[in-house]
Amino acid sequence: MSATMAAAKTPGRASSDAEPPRNWFREIGTDAKLLLIGIPVAIWTLLPIYHLFLFAISPKQDAFSGQLFPTNPTLNNFRIVFGEKHYFLSHFWQQLWNSTLIAAATGILTLLIATSAAFAISRLKVRGGRTVMNLALFTYFIPAAFLAVPMYKTMGAYGLLNSHWALILAMVTIASPYAIWVLKQASDKLPYELDEAAVMDGASPLQLFRLVYIPLMLPSLVAVGIYAVLLAWNEYLFAFLLLSGDRQVTLPVALGNFLAADDSPWELLMATGLIYALPPAAIYYVFKRYMVGGLTAGAVKS
Amino acid sequence: MTASALAAEDGVSAPAKPPGRLSSWQVWGAILIAPYLLVFLLFVVYPVGYGLWLARHPVSYVHLFEDPIFKGTVVNTLIFLIVGINLKMFLALLLSGFFMNQRVWIRWLSVLFILPWAVPSIPTILSVRFMLNPEWGVVNQLIFKLTAEDGPNWLNDPRLALTFAIAVHIWKSLPFWTLILLAGRLAISNDLYEAASVDGASSVQKFTYITWPSMRTLYVTCTILSMIWTLGDFNSVYLLTGGGPADLTHVLATLGIRYLRLDQVDLSMAAVVCAMPLVLPLVWYLMGRLSK
Repeated sequence: MSATMAAAKTPGRASSDAEPPRNWFREIGTDAKLLLIGIPVAIWTLLPIYHLFLFAISPKQDAFSGQLFPTNPTLNNFRIVFGEKHYFLSHFWQQLWNSTLIAAATGILTLLIATSAAFAISRLKVRGGRTVMNLALFTYFIPAAFLAVPMYKTMGAYGLLNSHWALILAMVTIASPYAIWVLKQASDKLPYELDEAAVMDGASPLQLFRLVYIPLMLPSLVAVGIYAVLLAWNEYLFAFLLLSGDRQVTLPVALGNFLAADDSPWELLMATGLIYALPPAAIYYVFKRYMVGGLTAGAVKS
Repeated sequence: MTASALAAEDGVSAPAKPPGRLSSWQVWGAILIAPYLLVFLLFVVYPVGYGLWLARHPVSYVHLFEDPIFKGTVVNTLIFLIVGINLKMFLALLLSGFFMNQRVWIRWLSVLFILPWAVPSIPTILSVRFMLNPEWGVVNQLIFKLTAEDGPNWLNDPRLALTFAIAVHIWKSLPFWTLILLAGRLAISNDLYEAASVDGASSVQKFTYITWPSMRTLYVTCTILSMIWTLGDFNSVYLLTGGGPADLTHVLATLGIRYLRLDQVDLSMAAVVCAMPLVLPLVWYLMGRLSK
């Protein structure tokens, strides 16, 4: 048995001695195979985004020519957008501001609500905490568009329709359960000896929260805050239902309104769309380190 | 300070002490969890209850079933879910394996690959819509250049339009599920693969005997979760086709919103309730998984 093992092993070792060149060929072969997958994936991913970019930098008459790159690229579309020089865009800055405000408010409120809830469930072990979290996660078992219909009626009943609060609160509702869940997973990992030591020193629950919990949870808090901000910034359906009027709506709703007319300035729509798409992409890349680790941490467990 | 010192010294009175401390913790716990509970009651429980109450009239269902759009919508929704989601999850499973490869260019590609998920859907979906425009879209321009013939009117054919809506949905959410499944693959111990390599296992064998058994539950959970979320996917259909041509590409999500815009809230809620037989078994399964 051991003799055959040795015999089987010897040729293997001999070939591995002579391997470098063959290995190199094999590497190239694997790389070629990987490229066969990688190139289509890259094209598939980038095509709509590149088309968006191309459209945005093309002059009006060139936008429809179907070239791979415009003959005279221009920033004129952006000048028109920033100068609000088209009636479709007459409130561009106001709408951009609305989007920013709503995203920021959603981020802050979600952080406040989710952090204190996660602290209560994970560290203070409040009675019924687990039930609350399971109920919270139940929110995600209602498909978004299905929640939107009664949400619209409810906001009407609360007298919040057309107010930014309607969208902020709707977004907080959708962002919080996931935020609580991620924060609870992260906070369960903190050693309980910390709490005990703090209590020994006479810390009240609030001091524990402020002085021990928040500083230690900072990376997860960043991830959750960014998640809520992106969710609110990118939201179309709820914004479209809950807000109306040129001065109230967010940028995506204004973009959707372009579709109402047949002769809309598509190149301006694409330029505005590009401006609108840049901040979330930038934020995502800047905070990528926090995002991927923080947000997928609990995913595998389920 | 003195209280804790006393509690530490006097072992007998310690069991009596914690309830006092515990209750102050419980009070703070209740205070801190209250804001979320309030949000949940006001914006989840109340709307859902109100919605169900609005959908209580049997006559709305009669109207709904009489609407000629409805039957097609149900078929579209089922196609979207069964074909679209399974295709998407299968691709995500394959791609997660692809992204396991350690190469510099693959790391760069993975950075780009996440873009569709990170950017908002409206500009990109409208970009696809313009690509497919029959008169001036890039696709038909290219077809005209290459064959000197007019391309098809892509979004005017219900079957093609629904296919493209599914493609847009896959484009948008594939990165997310690939990331999740990649995290699942990374959680598998590398020792298993090394041991299998020593035993001379092929890559297919490694997949069937190591990867798939450890990923199966994650994969099924993701598929079901994705089905529930996709039921609520309004953007992919609405922004690409607007439900057209002739309301033939609606799914339940867009149909519900369409009724809402037409001020027929009871019909809208009835359409939502009609999806319940589909949603509830999925939720039931997920609840079982979560409570384990």
